[in-house]
Amino acid sequence: MTTSDGTTSVTKQKMDIKTIGNTILKLISRYRTIFVFLVLVIISSSLSPHFLTTGNITNVLRQASFNGLLSIGLTLVILVKGIDLSAGSVLGVAAMTAGLLKDQPAFIIIGGALLAGALIGWVNGVTIAKLRIEPFVVTLATLTVGRGIALLMTAGYLVVGTTDTIRWLGTGYVLGIPVPVIIMALMFLIAYVVLRWTPYGRRMYAVGANEEAARLAGINVDNHKISAYVISGVMAAMAGVILVGRLNVSDPLAGTGYELDAIAATVIGGTTFDGGKGGIAGTIIGVLILAMLNNIMNLLGFSPYMQQVVKGLVLAGAVIMNEYKRRK
Amino acid sequence: MEETPFLEMIGINKFFPGVHAVQNVDFELRKGEIHALVGENGAGKSTLMKVLAGVHPPETGEIRIEGQMIRVDTPAIARSTGIAMVHQELKLASALTVAENIFLGAVPTNRYGLVDWKRVRQGAIESLAVLNIKMDVDRKVSELTVAEMQLVEIAKALTLNAKIIIMDEPSAVLTPYELQQLFSVLKAQRDRGVSIIYISHRLEEIFELADRVTVMKDGAKVKTLNVSETDKWEIVKLMVGRELGKHYPKRTHEIGEPVLELKNVTRKGKVENISFTLHRGEILGIAGLIGAGRSELATVIFGAEPLDAGEIWIHGKPVKIASPGDALKHRMGFVTEDRRQTGLFGILTVRENITIASLRKFTRRGFMNLRRELEIALDFIKRIRIVTPSPNQQVQNLSGGNQQRVLLSKWINTDSEIFLIDEPTRGIDVGSKEELYFLLNDLVANGAAILMISSELPEILGMSDRILVMNHGRITAEFQAAEATEVKIMEFAALEVVE
Repeated sequence: MTTSDGTTSVTKQKMDIKTIGNTILKLISRYRTIFVFLVLVIISSSLSPHFLTTGNITNVLRQASFNGLLSIGLTLVILVKGIDLSAGSVLGVAAMTAGLLKDQPAFIIIGGALLAGALIGWVNGVTIAKLRIEPFVVTLATLTVGRGIALLMTAGYLVVGTTDTIRWLGTGYVLGIPVPVIIMALMFLIAYVVLRWTPYGRRMYAVGANEEAARLAGINVDNHKISAYVISGVMAAMAGVILVGRLNVSDPLAGTGYELDAIAATVIGGTTFDGGKGGIAGTIIGVLILAMLNNIMNLLGFSPYMQQVVKGLVLAGAVIMNEYKRRK
Repeated sequence: MEETPFLEMIGINKFFPGVHAVQNVDFELRKGEIHALVGENGAGKSTLMKVLAGVHPPETGEIRIEGQMIRVDTPAIARSTGIAMVHQELKLASALTVAENIFLGAVPTNRYGLVDWKRVRQGAIESLAVLNIKMDVDRKVSELTVAEMQLVEIAKALTLNAKIIIMDEPSAVLTPYELQQLFSVLKAQRDRGVSIIYISHRLEEIFELADRVTVMKDGAKVKTLNVSETDKWEIVKLMVGRELGKHYPKRTHEIGEPVLELKNVTRKGKVENISFTLHRGEILGIAGLIGAGRSELATVIFGAEPLDAGEIWIHGKPVKIASPGDALKHRMGFVTEDRRQTGLFGILTVRENITIASLRKFTRRGFMNLRRELEIALDFIKRIRIVTPSPNQQVQNLSGGNQQRVLLSKWINTDSEIFLIDEPTRGIDVGSKEELYFLLNDLVANGAAILMISSELPEILGMSDRILVMNHGRITAEFQAAEATEVKIMEFAALEVVE
């Protein structure tokens, strides 16, 4: 910034304050999701004395773990300019697969469920990448078909009970930390490292940023897109198995609507539908913001209806902020 | 004799990121004249006219019509003021019919407020008749030839009562016969009192068509002349403004063995029966009109489109290139003609754009060494002289010349030895152009081979060792650089191919 020779010290001071103000605004804009997260923590802890207790935080994280797993898949998918609406239904199919296999050893239950998730993801990916159909339409179809399959598997009945190992996945603790939280953290870590430090991760950004340029840079665009959907399917299936363990029941309607929270967390975290922008770090914050929001509204006795309104507004606010920043 | 000008543009300035595209230009147009606007590519002709047509509002300057100051901030305002521009990239709705397109801006309605289709058709027939054109007005625009589309654009302009029609390089895509038809239409309109601005860089046309000519260079106006009082050489001197030839740095190294050979390569409907040899250390220029199949040829060589027949040989052996990945393995790089659409990852950083095709170079045991990557990027920024505030700057914020350097860096970093470069200096200002030419010379001096597609004849003539001319998907001529001239090339680029 240049100032003319005639500026007095008073205006210079004003300029300084203005620059400081601008710097703060810039920092807030850059780290806006973290900023929102911190503000939420402060508000929540001042509104409710229960909020910052170990018990409550453990609870928040455990509830977040399902959405966390789904959000990893959604982050990859949205990064390559796609969408996966079928994640919740995949969770249901995986839960029912686990239910039907409940008398088998744990590795078969887990393997079968994850395979089912991978398969649906692969169908999504191939239809989108090879047949070039809109991701929204394809995964809307698998959302419906998937839920139908989950219901068909037992003609709509619940399957009660599962093996101890699966129970442990849903309800166990290691060093006082719930197992689902550990699984989520581990998956977040792997996804973060893969996106940041592997050629595969970098190519995913390239595919999302400019598909044709990626193709001409020798990248197999189709396979990268398909991989995102397969991973999304596997993540949703993993959440399905954990949910079976937690509730000790396989419910064909499990996971209904979960994809919406995962999309919301991803978008709040700064991954944009334009593709090529965002990442896991933001998504982690997005997942935590949503989980905390749910928790504090429960603690304060908000009605479920009101909770939906607030969550919707937060999502809209996040998208508007991202869009505003992009235009600048 | 002083005539009051119909249109005056005074002190127009227009900036784009990194480029001062129009510099303090004054321009005037008389009623009922054809005024040619000439200059090299990047001289600012099209930009100045887009200012007039409301596409790019100017940063400073004013526009007057018959002495009245007007503001044209949008194309819609320009049209209602009587200014119509026929763009190089035609802006017709291709799924609609000729009649619908002609009336797109001003649809006649009946008393119920619905479209009066009878008047649309009748009006379209009449406005084409005025131009002495016979055309089925119910045909879809997508079925028309480019020449027919241009005529439809003119008809559309006239139904909107345009008093000024701007033609942006219409001749680039027309056959000689179509051009004559266009000329007679334009002359007839001039005689009716319409003022026409005709952008071109073909000088012959000016003497055939125009009353006056304004020469632009590097964004500024050089001079306005009466066509009857000047000649071709004066205009060329004004356009180039320096000794021809100095513009293009010379090379002295030896040309080596064949690197890339094409044998009867055919891609149906795009390129037919193409054979040539590209040598180590050589720049092989490919000239031709838009739509001659030059870019398609590069796309086929690079494996981005399959070939239907023929063979590609590299280092004396036939190879199969089924995808860009295969092309990379054979150490090929492809700088596409449209940087933003198919070359760069605009929202990714300069660093990421440079390294995306050679991630393996700094990957060990599956993980990228980001510090090593940064070193590579910084090295290119220094060596190729990329002007950027930081290697982590989004590449879309760089100027055209620097974006082009980033693209070249990407392929240099893959150790390419065959470069396919489509329009190496499109949309780049003159200073950066010359630096890019030096860069290309460095590449071939270090043993690379370059296939250079360009629509700028001076560039083709100045940079190539040999020149191929393409026309309707075929090679119609080959010249050694020394024996080629603009006229000879145009002859083979524009001649009608008899099927």
